[in-house]
Amino acid sequence: MSAEAPVVELKQITKRFPGVIANDSISLALRKGEIHALLGENGAGKSTLMNILFGLYQPDEGLIEMNGKPVTIDNPNKAIKLGIGMVHQHFKLVQPFTVTENIILGMEPKKGLNIDYKSASAQVAKLSEQYGLQVNANAKIQDISVGMQQRVEIMKILFRGADVLIFDEPTAVLTPQEIQELMEIMKRLVAEGKSIILITHKLKEIMDISDRVTIIRRGKVIDTVDTDKTNPQELAEKMVGRDVSFKVDKQEPQIGQPVLQLSQVTLKGKHGISVLNGLNLDVKAGEIVGIAGVDGNGQSELIEAITGLRKIDSGSIQLGGKEIANLPARKIIENGLSHIPEDRHKHGLVLDFSVSENMVLETYYKEPYSKRGFLDHKTIDEHAKALVEAFDVRTPSVETKARSLSGGNQQKAIIAREIDKNPDLLIAAQPTRGLDVGAIEFVHKQLIEQRDQGKAVLLVSFELDEIMNVSDRIAVIYEGRIVGEVLPQETNDQELGLMMSGSLERGGHSVG
Amino acid sequence: MDVLTLLGQLLNSTLVFSTALIFTALGGIFSERSGVVNIGLEGLMIFGAFAAGVGTYYAQEAGMGAFAPWIGVLAAVIMGGLGALIHAVATITFKADQTISGIVINFLAAGLTVYIVKLLFDGSAETPLINVFHKVPIPFLRDIPIIGEGLFNAYPTTYLALILVVVIYFVLFKTPFGLRLRSVGEHPSAADTLGVNVTKMRYIGVLLSGMLGGIGGATITLTTTSTFAHNTISGQGFIAIAAMIFGKWNPLGAFGAAVFFGFSQAIRNYVQLFEWSRSIPQEFIFMIPYVLTIIVLVGAVGRSSAPSALGTPYDPSKR
Amino acid sequence: MDRLRKIFTMDSLVLPLVAIILGLLVGAVVMLVGGYNPLTAYGALIQRVIGNPYDFGETIRQITPLIFTGLAVAFAFRSGMFNIGADGQVLIGMTSATAVSLSLSSLPSAVVVPLAVIAGGLGGGLWAAIAGYLKAKRGINEVITTIMLNWTALYLSNYVIRHFFLLKGQNRSENIEASAAMTFLNDIFNNARIHWGTVVALLAAAFFFIYLWKTKQGYEMRSVGLNPNAAEYAGMNVGRNVVKAMFISGVFAGLAGTFEVLGVFHYQSVFAASPGYGFDGIAVALLGMNHPFGVVLGAILYGVLTYGAAGMSFGAGVPPEIIKIVIGSIIFFIAAQGIVKLIVKPLVLKRKKEKVL
Repeated sequence: MSAEAPVVELKQITKRFPGVIANDSISLALRKGEIHALLGENGAGKSTLMNILFGLYQPDEGLIEMNGKPVTIDNPNKAIKLGIGMVHQHFKLVQPFTVTENIILGMEPKKGLNIDYKSASAQVAKLSEQYGLQVNANAKIQDISVGMQQRVEIMKILFRGADVLIFDEPTAVLTPQEIQELMEIMKRLVAEGKSIILITHKLKEIMDISDRVTIIRRGKVIDTVDTDKTNPQELAEKMVGRDVSFKVDKQEPQIGQPVLQLSQVTLKGKHGISVLNGLNLDVKAGEIVGIAGVDGNGQSELIEAITGLRKIDSGSIQLGGKEIANLPARKIIENGLSHIPEDRHKHGLVLDFSVSENMVLETYYKEPYSKRGFLDHKTIDEHAKALVEAFDVRTPSVETKARSLSGGNQQKAIIAREIDKNPDLLIAAQPTRGLDVGAIEFVHKQLIEQRDQGKAVLLVSFELDEIMNVSDRIAVIYEGRIVGEVLPQETNDQELGLMMSGSLERGGHSVG
Repeated sequence: MDVLTLLGQLLNSTLVFSTALIFTALGGIFSERSGVVNIGLEGLMIFGAFAAGVGTYYAQEAGMGAFAPWIGVLAAVIMGGLGALIHAVATITFKADQTISGIVINFLAAGLTVYIVKLLFDGSAETPLINVFHKVPIPFLRDIPIIGEGLFNAYPTTYLALILVVVIYFVLFKTPFGLRLRSVGEHPSAADTLGVNVTKMRYIGVLLSGMLGGIGGATITLTTTSTFAHNTISGQGFIAIAAMIFGKWNPLGAFGAAVFFGFSQAIRNYVQLFEWSRSIPQEFIFMIPYVLTIIVLVGAVGRSSAPSALGTPYDPSKR
Repeated sequence: MDRLRKIFTMDSLVLPLVAIILGLLVGAVVMLVGGYNPLTAYGALIQRVIGNPYDFGETIRQITPLIFTGLAVAFAFRSGMFNIGADGQVLIGMTSATAVSLSLSSLPSAVVVPLAVIAGGLGGGLWAAIAGYLKAKRGINEVITTIMLNWTALYLSNYVIRHFFLLKGQNRSENIEASAAMTFLNDIFNNARIHWGTVVALLAAAFFFIYLWKTKQGYEMRSVGLNPNAAEYAGMNVGRNVVKAMFISGVFAGLAGTFEVLGVFHYQSVFAASPGYGFDGIAVALLGMNHPFGVVLGAILYGVLTYGAAGMSFGAGVPPEIIKIVIGSIIFFIAAQGIVKLIVKPLVLKRKKEKVL
């Protein structure tokens, strides 16, 4: 223990929301120059705690000290003044503004009445040199990559002179290489005297970079340990509260005939640039194909092309041997497609509909749910009840609005609906995003069960672990093309990362 | 009448009709750039037109003479601001639906103003006739052919509107205040986490829209009608909204759109002067600006440039 | 039954009631400030409405177009659109009905009226569908297109009346012989202008309810209204629903105009400015919280207040404009439920605490 007082010390912080205690007497000390990981599942209370430290919430009980002195942080302004900055998981960047404008917003250098953009650019350039954060200061946020956007987030808080940096799940959307670069940046930051709190649920990152780990579960601190005195298995058990196996149990796949076949699919985006670029891909019955890739390389467009939500410019898409390219979405669904969309609130559910109504979102017009143009509410309710039962969707009733279900249960409801249609092809896009470990296990089990029943499953995910664990075959997408196909047991993160960043192309029968 | 003089006059009356729309559209930009839909601009103009009529009358009674209309403008700023305050409290503090609140403003304005006029002026539904602004020629410049008469012999409010277009452009795009206001309309939680006070910025945006909408209404009383009645403002607020959207929430664009609407208003009085144009039914000439607006919108891309957070109340707990 | 119970939950019943009371209170305060006695004024208002059969009948006449336009705005709203253009749709409906009636004036009323009603409904519907189509195909905000279409409709209607059906020397059309008046009620209501439009309006409200909540097309439309993205993902044709919803909305508005000429005026005026039916409809839809039965109640409230306002003016000398303040305040309190809850809180909110999560 150093004799110096911690830079930040949270003492017995308690925060209640109606019906839940988000933080239950949590204590945590951040030492100067350390990287302190905060580990916990979704909903464990990490974000609440950090929002308290950042002045977005007020604790109901407890005390915050900085360098041994008690402080009150009642708004983000105060936190900024005290030298606390936060890199949010969902970047808080104004899309049509430039990098510089985003960085200086709120404390703009002035010349007369106007913003002094010259001095602003100079300051941004100086920061970017000091910490090795290369960015184009005059580019608009909407035009730069996710990795770059994160650097802007970091520079925003450095510009405000932050000494304590909170990183909230910073690697969720990065490639392995970008993660590596971020780690370097974080090391450089602590070398320059900054202290870092790293919120994450990824054990590997913690082992790689942190000095100490505090594990919280259901709003309570379980333990704080030195990283070099622990191991991933121990951390995982402390996080979840029971034995967890990270290996997904599954049999050898029984691979059948191709169900989905894409050949030379091209799709042009807004400015006439190809977002899908002669893409080839097969998914066969009885296998799970995982699409690995960095966000924005054509994953969404690939799914939209298959599901009929976007027209392709050339190429062919066959489902069960039938050409489905550019058919209306409903026709494709009727041909045996199910889709668990990436954004469940935006695309998966009508939140103000009841669970019942949501369960027939694609089938409402068919018998027995509709007869002679009229809905049969009784049958619809019964159908929903059966699904809720079978998939263990926790809801007070089937008349409850989907909005009031938890994220995990909303996802279960969607999965129930999609699997119940008995599809030939199941597309799952980021199916576990934002879910806790229990729900993640459930989702993976369902995907594997579908594959074991002989369905073709296409999994798109930014989480490499998920791709590696669940897929039978991995296809890497880069700039709208499949640049490599590998088997999970024959590859590793490093190799995938190289392919994801376009530095390596490999194997696979359908490449090019 | 020779064509050149006619052109000058047409230009001149275009500016007269545009002035109110310019002020009001600029007001709309402040509100909507901060993220608050303001469909109550019509009502805010009513408040302004009313306050101008009443304020000028009493200033005149108090012997202020030619200065009285300026008191009217001041009253309109205050009244418009108060009207907008209702909108701000409802939508920002109480997170009421912004469109509904705007409609309420329109209702309250229409009811309250005529009610007060009847109370003040013995049951008369109209304010007494008042002294209005006079056109102020700018020396030398007004002697330029056509545009001299067209642009440099205008009401003081018109000059003010033109100056404001430029000033507001700079305020929005060059100053810290403008950057913050726009950030709040695009991504309030980003602004919030950087210490920008979302509530304060939105209040300012909405209040400015009320004040400018108030002046917009006042100019109609003080340059066109000389009195305030229930029909002094009839749809100009909605046209100003169209001008704002048409102009892509940019002061210069909105100015252009407002002038376009002003022009089509002005040209009505001139088409009757020519033999050939008299054969076109006047209704079709009246229709032109509205049909043209739709056609232009069909050609352009719809709502892409609207502030992203427009219409959504900011709820810090959903950050 | 479950549905019914859901519609009339505490929130949807208590809050509007409190809002109405608060709105009347605001009106009372404004009257007091102006030196009037609000009790006398409201008394005169009620007296005007129920005082004699003629005025009672005329109140029903006043309510009828409000139901139609309220339904029009509410229906579009349920499908995710703000139809600020009911005004223009009323005019086009009215003009279509007038044109058909006057063109076929040689035929008997029993033939002409149904044809005119169909023409009026179609006219309003197609006019609204323009805005729907532009939204579906080009993504153009329907608020701005419907505002523009309102003005266009005003001038177009005036053109049609002035150039084809003008009564010489007058600023209105020739008289329409075909009539939808319920003349057999003349004795009961002392010749008040009661017409079949009222019945059709109530049927329209029932249609609204059944269509939207009982049929598969309605289900689709509500999905599109609540979450167009999810609807699209589920294979629904969002654009077609947008056009269809605007069409139906416009039919309601068109019928309002149709029955105003067939049932009430029996001619069509050349309007100097928009007659404002559409804006009344927005208010009614808001009062009725966009539910068809709510719209009927909202129209009754709105109609009673506006018709009775003249009584206040005669009976108590209060300017009738006060009613606009009252209506505006009621809508304000319905919209800003936060304020109402603040006021109601000490009374009823205790029990609701656990509902927050």
